[in-house]
Amino acid sequence: MYNAKIYVTYKESILDPQGEAIKTALHRLNYENVKAVTVGKYFEIKIEDHGQNIEEQVRKMSDELLANINMETYRFEISRIEED
Amino acid sequence: MIYSIIRFPGSNCDWDMYYVLRDVMNVVPQFVDYREKSLPQDTVAVLIPGGFSYGDYLRSGAIARFSPIMDAVKKFAYAGNPVIGICNGFQILTEAGLLPGALRSNDSLNFICKPQKLVVENNQTIFTKRFDLKQTVMFPIAHGEGNYYCDSATLQDLKDHHQIVLRYQNNPNGSTDDIAGIINQKGNVLGMMPHPERASEAVLGGEDGKMLFQSLIESMTQNV
Repeated sequence: MYNAKIYVTYKESILDPQGEAIKTALHRLNYENVKAVTVGKYFEIKIEDHGQNIEEQVRKMSDELLANINMETYRFEISRIEED
Repeated sequence: MIYSIIRFPGSNCDWDMYYVLRDVMNVVPQFVDYREKSLPQDTVAVLIPGGFSYGDYLRSGAIARFSPIMDAVKKFAYAGNPVIGICNGFQILTEAGLLPGALRSNDSLNFICKPQKLVVENNQTIFTKRFDLKQTVMFPIAHGEGNYYCDSATLQDLKDHHQIVLRYQNNPNGSTDDIAGIINQKGNVLGMMPHPERASEAVLGGEDGKMLFQSLIESMTQNV
């Protein structure tokens, strides 16, 4: 079994209004050294090993559904886990 | 001649659309459930109403595009037939790849519900031929994620092919190039965030929206 952890965020060129709002809030809490906040989505997907190319499969899932590649980008980590 | 209105779980402008088509425009609307695999045989146009299909889970419109009916809608669109997506319908059309770009959260992060002045940027479409070029019209918007985005190459492409149909006069949400509505290159798929179905009767504050439906209906009757 694999565990894929996928992180989706806006592309760098795109203003992230939630991140901006949180940055302002952190400044209000006097964390003046906060320079940037990025908000994104986090997925954990457990996938059975059927001998497939797991990286390719996760990339395809991300392109097709988890991220909207018009405006978002993603990265992922894959680890092997024990079967339940 | 049936105007098919697609209903997803969470659609909430379906009755507004139905009412305007039936009682104001005097044509025959029909609801089509998202679980259906085909459109009514006499469908001349598909309308995807506003709302929060599938609770906006993941991204607005992202899950609706996998509904059984969407294959039929795509086939209908690829064959050159008219499809309009309003608000959540626009979001669904971009997620389904029928229109370019995507809709992000409004730059203010606020849900905005108020009338907006729009400029008709292309009146050479089956949906807008009753309008004058550069005519200013008033439609309400009601969305939290109506901030249109596309990359600069796509934007140039939209401009080159006159695909920007409506622009905001005062950009309320941060949309790229003030875009409020776009059409595909073929000219049969229109997506827009503002609600013409909420601006089709004087008693509701304005009738500008009626011209959009009139344009479509006229185009359909002339085709037959």
